[in-house]
Amino acid sequence: MIRKVRPHIAQEEPLLFEISSPGKRGWQLPPLDVPAIDPAAAVGAGNVRDAIEGFPEVSEVEAIRHFTRLSTYNYAIDLGLYPLGSCTMKYNPRINEVVARVEGLAWAHPYQPDALSQGCLKVMAELETALAEITGMDAVTLQPAAGAHGELTGILLVRAWHESQGTPRRKILVPDSAHGTNPATAAIAGYVVENVRSDARGMVDVAELARVTDDGVAALMITNPNTLGVFEQEITRVAALLHEKGVQLYMDGANMNALVGVARPGDFGVDVMHLNLHKTFSTPHGGGGPGAGPVAVKSHLEPFLPAPRLKSCGAGLALDHDRPRSIGKVRAFAGNFGVMVRALAYILAHGGDGLRNATLDAILNANYIRRKLEAHYEPATAAPSMHECVFADDRQAARGVRTGDIAKRLIDYGFHPYTVSFPLIVHGALMIEPTETEPKRELDLFIDAMISIAREIEENPDVVRTAPHLTRTSRVDEVTAARKPIVRWRPDT
Amino acid sequence: MLADLGLSSLEELVGALPDEVRLRRPLRLSPGLSEYEIVDWFKARGGENAAGYASFLGAGSYRHYRPVLVDTVVSRGEFLTSYTPYQAEIAQGTLTTIFEFQTMICQLTGMDVANASMYDGSTAAPEAVMMAVRVNGRERVLVSRAVHPEYRAVLASTTRNQPIHVEEVGWDAESGRSDLDDLTARIDDKTSAVVLQSPNFFGVIEDTRAAAELAHKHGALLVVLFTEAVSLGILEPPREADIVAGELQSFAHPPSYGGPYAGVIATRERFIRQMPGRLVGQTKDSQGRRAFCLTLSTREQHIRREKATSNICTNQALIALMATVFLTVYGKEGLRELAAQNLAKSHYLAGRVRPRFSGAFFNEFVVRAPASANDELLKQRIIGGLPLGRFYPELEDSMLLCATEMSTRADMEALAEVLGRS
Repeated sequence: MIRKVRPHIAQEEPLLFEISSPGKRGWQLPPLDVPAIDPAAAVGAGNVRDAIEGFPEVSEVEAIRHFTRLSTYNYAIDLGLYPLGSCTMKYNPRINEVVARVEGLAWAHPYQPDALSQGCLKVMAELETALAEITGMDAVTLQPAAGAHGELTGILLVRAWHESQGTPRRKILVPDSAHGTNPATAAIAGYVVENVRSDARGMVDVAELARVTDDGVAALMITNPNTLGVFEQEITRVAALLHEKGVQLYMDGANMNALVGVARPGDFGVDVMHLNLHKTFSTPHGGGGPGAGPVAVKSHLEPFLPAPRLKSCGAGLALDHDRPRSIGKVRAFAGNFGVMVRALAYILAHGGDGLRNATLDAILNANYIRRKLEAHYEPATAAPSMHECVFADDRQAARGVRTGDIAKRLIDYGFHPYTVSFPLIVHGALMIEPTETEPKRELDLFIDAMISIAREIEENPDVVRTAPHLTRTSRVDEVTAARKPIVRWRPDT
Repeated sequence: MLADLGLSSLEELVGALPDEVRLRRPLRLSPGLSEYEIVDWFKARGGENAAGYASFLGAGSYRHYRPVLVDTVVSRGEFLTSYTPYQAEIAQGTLTTIFEFQTMICQLTGMDVANASMYDGSTAAPEAVMMAVRVNGRERVLVSRAVHPEYRAVLASTTRNQPIHVEEVGWDAESGRSDLDDLTARIDDKTSAVVLQSPNFFGVIEDTRAAAELAHKHGALLVVLFTEAVSLGILEPPREADIVAGELQSFAHPPSYGGPYAGVIATRERFIRQMPGRLVGQTKDSQGRRAFCLTLSTREQHIRREKATSNICTNQALIALMATVFLTVYGKEGLRELAAQNLAKSHYLAGRVRPRFSGAFFNEFVVRAPASANDELLKQRIIGGLPLGRFYPELEDSMLLCATEMSTRADMEALAEVLGRS
């Protein structure tokens, strides 16, 4: 039975370009306090454009209704559980938004003198220190703009270090359970990618790893807990095995929400890792960004970090651009500063104990869901779960229903789907990460929905296969979209 | 819940961790703060910055008024707290606004297609270069030294380990434009792309038509970058370019000490499958109604893994939404008027302090002035221009000034006064 939702009326809304009429505008500029000039005289007639054909022309109330109506077509954390595995869709505290808009921070220009940027530099220094403590690493750069960008930065650091030892080496090892960005990153950093098989428990196969590790390998990129939500039991052995051959251990920190306050990558042999401030540290996903992907390293990699670095300067802080061994810059300016402000607000609100409690609650919620669902769905591994649990759709597939169908049916029950068909090592995976911020009532509603869908699959699989049924938009034809791409509005479409 | 799991304490939950990895002490962080204390803490930090100062800094980060509707819209939880719109049936809000965004970027740049946004302008630049290399399979890239120095630095670190050879092209000391004679001398039939920025780092508008002709004669692509998106409101866009990539911070995001911003790549229809980044397309739902979804995802890393067009995963959806709302509020006439006001302000200022270069400019230009003039200005709570010696030793005696619609006549007079004396 569907308990969480019932249909309500949704407003229809055309595209901006379809509701425009000539001369309408939502904003009036103040009068110029200097003489107006003729653009053609100022820059030459050839440099002045004609009016922009088809550009929006709407009033303020039309603008706000447009975007408000469209917003109601979205699911969001603010509406309920968002159990996307590996994405850590936790509540985004609104205090973060308020402090990111504090005038002296929001309007700080990246090139204003260091003496007039002490507040910004202090925010960055506090965050670097906190992240180093949380990860057990020695130094942190905040410059990368997102997780995949952090990965690239991390692998460039690995490369620079190997070069300083004589040779960049040739290969990066990536477990077959890894995120797709890992191999893409390695390729852009100029490495050949070699996949490493997982063992029957979904963990790195240490014997296999020992076999493929030689002095041509630059690094192993590992996610821990891995994408099955399982902590790599042999991680310290893995690290020792790698270090013996001069191989660096890179950790994808996508799943750091399982470890904050209970274990530190720096303590179990990781040399370099990235964090996702938009996952573990509660900054909003915003429909797909902005995020931030700080990179934390052990001291041997510190000289290679992107410039500039923070340094003490008298009583204050300054940016040090003179970094001769640095890999250079991976992004202009200081990185996604506004995201750093939000993440630091989260850390300040929680404190050390609060962060640790959040981790325990995240693990509790995932294990609660696993326990309640394992009678109905096939757990992907017997190993204990950390912050997320993964099931396989074997039982449902026998009735002709796949993980993607269950996901779409979940929408009718008022939930965003879990992560579908990932990790690739599980056939037909359902990857569920509830995070610590979900109340028990929401978890129970989700569990009921999943059990109800399992029952529907037994009794009437078609209702699941053709879902969703209750949404404003029914199942979307993605095949046609890709075959004949229409990626912009035109007057005649 | 613990009872359901047969546990008696939360601590037992971490029993799955090997003993040797467990952290046996509390994290060394300060105790948690209340909301009130947190606001206070950040306000104090803001107070240590330059709040209340007038500023003539631009150089890739610009001060423009932000219509209140922008924050009203992006503060809606449905936009703020949603994930990447993979589940199209419950993400039509985000998908529709991105489709509108892509359309407006095409209208502004004169290109056929645009992606859903990139991290920022500096990372869009190497993505545009790598795209050009994929398109024609050549390895040599000529980049003007009048391109933002930090963008060039990001380009260097990103392409260093790939089969891409970046060479720099000089700029003309009289006009401040990229030196097309130097470009003519360097370009050959192995050149993949020519990369310019317009208006360039010195604020000067480039002759992109001549550069396009030159590039195309050799079978190379022309990539045109921009850092000041408001210029597109009145300047002729580089329609003859093959790839346009730039920074959209000017459309509603405050400078925010360098980020988060949003970059974008736009290009010709025929290059769409080589374009990196997310893309939203129009389609139909099973009832035949118009709907939108992410499309051409076979270019992306979650499917292609090491063969993907890019390792980039996220776009900057919320910043792109800010830009979309900003452009909607200003609209066709408002954006032009905004750009015209920038032009009027900067040219008023230029009338009081002599620009170093003769080339036409939008809202930024270079003047000869010692960096010490900035100290004098700070006493009047004015942040002057960006001293250029750090990036261009040959311009040690010069600074880059920017005037926008937010620059007041009084501040410009005060600036001119001090620069005139020094």
